[in-house]
Amino acid sequence: MRNATGGSLLLILLCSLLLPACSTSDSPQPSVKRSATSIPVTGDSLVEGTIGEASTLIPILASDASSHAVAGQVYNGLVKYDKNLNITGDLAESYDISPDGLNITFHLRRGVKWHDGAPFTARDVLYTYRVTVDPKTPTAYAEDFKQVNNISAPDDHTVKVVYGIPFAPALASWGMNILPAHLLEGQDITKSPLARQPVGTGPYRFKEWVAGQKIVLEANSEYFEGRPYIDRYIYRIIPDTSTMYMELKAGAIDLMGLTPVQYARQTNNKSFTSLFNKYRFPSSSYLYMGYNLRHPLFGDKRIRQAMTAAINKDELIQGVLFGMGQKAHGPIVPGRWAYNPNVKDIAYNPQHASELLAQAGWKEKNNDGILVKDGKPFQFTILTNQGNQQRLMTAQIIQQRLRQVGIDVKIRVVEWAAFLKEFVNKGNFEVVLLAWSISQDPDMYDIWHSSKTNPGELNFIGYKNPEVDRLLVSGRNTFDIQKRKQAYFRIQDILAEEQPYTFLYVPDALPVVSARIRGVEPAPAGIGYNQIKWYVPKNEQVYVP
Amino acid sequence: MTRYLLKRILMLIPLMFGITLITFSVIHLAPGEPVEMQMAMNPKVGKEARERLTKFYGLDKPLHEQYFSWVGKLARLDLGRSFSSDGRPVADKIKERLPVTISLNVIALILEFGLAIPIGILAATRRDTWLDKGITVFVFVGFAVPTFWLALLLMYFFGVKLGWLPISGLHTLGSDSWGTLHYLWDMAKHLIMPVMVASFGSLAGLSRYMRSAMLNVISQDYITTARAKGLPERVVIYKHALRNALLPLITLLGFSIPGLIGGSVIFETIYAIPGMGQLFYQGVMSRDYPVVMGILVIGAFLTLLGNMIADICYAFADPRIRHGEV
Repeated sequence: MRNATGGSLLLILLCSLLLPACSTSDSPQPSVKRSATSIPVTGDSLVEGTIGEASTLIPILASDASSHAVAGQVYNGLVKYDKNLNITGDLAESYDISPDGLNITFHLRRGVKWHDGAPFTARDVLYTYRVTVDPKTPTAYAEDFKQVNNISAPDDHTVKVVYGIPFAPALASWGMNILPAHLLEGQDITKSPLARQPVGTGPYRFKEWVAGQKIVLEANSEYFEGRPYIDRYIYRIIPDTSTMYMELKAGAIDLMGLTPVQYARQTNNKSFTSLFNKYRFPSSSYLYMGYNLRHPLFGDKRIRQAMTAAINKDELIQGVLFGMGQKAHGPIVPGRWAYNPNVKDIAYNPQHASELLAQAGWKEKNNDGILVKDGKPFQFTILTNQGNQQRLMTAQIIQQRLRQVGIDVKIRVVEWAAFLKEFVNKGNFEVVLLAWSISQDPDMYDIWHSSKTNPGELNFIGYKNPEVDRLLVSGRNTFDIQKRKQAYFRIQDILAEEQPYTFLYVPDALPVVSARIRGVEPAPAGIGYNQIKWYVPKNEQVYVP
Repeated sequence: MTRYLLKRILMLIPLMFGITLITFSVIHLAPGEPVEMQMAMNPKVGKEARERLTKFYGLDKPLHEQYFSWVGKLARLDLGRSFSSDGRPVADKIKERLPVTISLNVIALILEFGLAIPIGILAATRRDTWLDKGITVFVFVGFAVPTFWLALLLMYFFGVKLGWLPISGLHTLGSDSWGTLHYLWDMAKHLIMPVMVASFGSLAGLSRYMRSAMLNVISQDYITTARAKGLPERVVIYKHALRNALLPLITLLGFSIPGLIGGSVIFETIYAIPGMGQLFYQGVMSRDYPVVMGILVIGAFLTLLGNMIADICYAFADPRIRHGEV
């Protein structure tokens, strides 16, 4: 099933369910600790359960998380995020940014080889750039590269990129997987066999893909950061989460993401915790209730503030996530450098909500206890997409809370394709309940800037604030982290005051890993960042070649 | 006869045309667009990227042009390329899933009929005994139980608790390196649960059919005559009665032939079986027009073909039909 969580940036998708992000003060701990004294050895396989099958392993053509997860093991970008979510070199050994922020120079690693033995050079980087911006390539990732004015390769191991204006998200955009020019140049990329048999530079090389069943990767013994200890990385496609959970319990899967109820209630017995390690850290996403600001009902900010005051976010987290999450106060997830810890969110207070509603003119109640103004009852519909039980439950709890302050809420669940086309893109809704997946970079121009309110664009609630517009631009046009921080802190203050969304919660990512896999070290970036260092002690290896 | 056959085959052409038209309209009437499904809610996608993809899929052309280009390709037996990001030919996607679905359905069909016939006979010959009533309860339980629930219970019991059967999928990891027999046995073990679950639900209908057909036949005069001749009951039932009682069931069997290429989304999803049901469902959810239209057209064509074969068989049996007198 398609879980439409929305904004899916390339970089965060590289780790699929091992989504990064976490606060440093609250370091996540595995539920079981085993002695870490043994020395890493090679061998065995790691089987990850995945709900969706990858569609293509040429990453610039893929738009789904499953494809990017597999491609992330096979390819590398020029840069990547390290365990503390700082950008660091990957295929680029290092990089320099000119003081004016207009030039980025990448110094490529020497001696890196493609899986077929050909050397990796600057030509591959130039090709990847050119094919991505080529109007004939059906890719979703050309946007960031459009800011590039000029790109050149002074020698085989240097790439110089020139920008027209300083553009902070530019550096991260070079985390884009680099494609092999020697196999693709001069060919139609949409018909390339690499889509099913990729050749990359990454820690794992492609071995086999059995449609609808599994994708098998093998350790790349010549990987530039060292050979991964685990011999094979296998993705098993299991579309149903209950089935996947049973496969996990039966030992046929080593790694999957748990649901909150599985984490909180079904996996605390000894028989489970002796075989598996559970991990928990905030995911890079938040759930929100977005008000259509073009609608007369929601034009008044007191109304929106009242709604937030009437909703008990703690109750949502307990009821829907079994406590596996935290309150969202704004568009930045707690723990990131751009997160403003002093943001003044509106606390749960039904009394306050009623006062705000009264100020906005909603004083009288009809016989059903619904607020009335000019003879019209206070009534609206929360729209959400089908196939997401958590969102539906959230909507139901909100419905009951708003009823208590005299607001009559209806819930409507619509299939995703129709949801987008008929409602969101046409601005044909009152309130939507949706989630954003967010990137490591705090740039959120596309979601909040007033120029992005056209049909099909992401500021579909129609939020327009000149100060926010200015701050969004200044936040993305400098590499100076202090200046960026200032801009994003102020944006969070404004949004907390204006409440164009009611920011609801940040769910936790809940991966579980078989206890025979050692070397898993949770960090702010989650657990996936050091996968090549994971290993299985010789006497516990299950899959022998 | 040749004229009749020719007429029937010629009639297929306008019918197929109608089918393509309806298929095309239905999928294009559904709200949502393929491009939207891939690009929506992604902050990195600009207007230009959408236009690029729309053009790549040919969705910027007027509808009638899209239709004729699709039908034109179809006439050359080309189902086009999928709108998902892999852009593979639809025919390849169907081909890799068809064998699994057909084998599973054939096995389930054999099992259904193989069980329903004896159950029906037993219930008819032991009419109104505790056995008959017990069977009735059993098959109706099978009819009423939701597939997914039964499937999960069986998985938990046989897969997790007892560990006798694999839970999902078609092969154990690493089975490719085993011997042929071992490999096939492994696959058979994977199929036991899905086939059981798939057939359990249809037992009720079929066995009730069999029971009533049998009861109907048993009350006929020639059965009384056979019994009067002093034939043993076994011979009466299995030789004289059964053949006639089977006729309506054979008609039913004919009806289930086009269904062989369709898969059930629910149990394919639960058992992680990469079959036609999943392909079609995913196609619909992502508005992958070529895949959806391809599967619909093939299904419709097979139904037409099945009907035609049935008609021809009738024509052989009944001269009035082939001379067009009825």
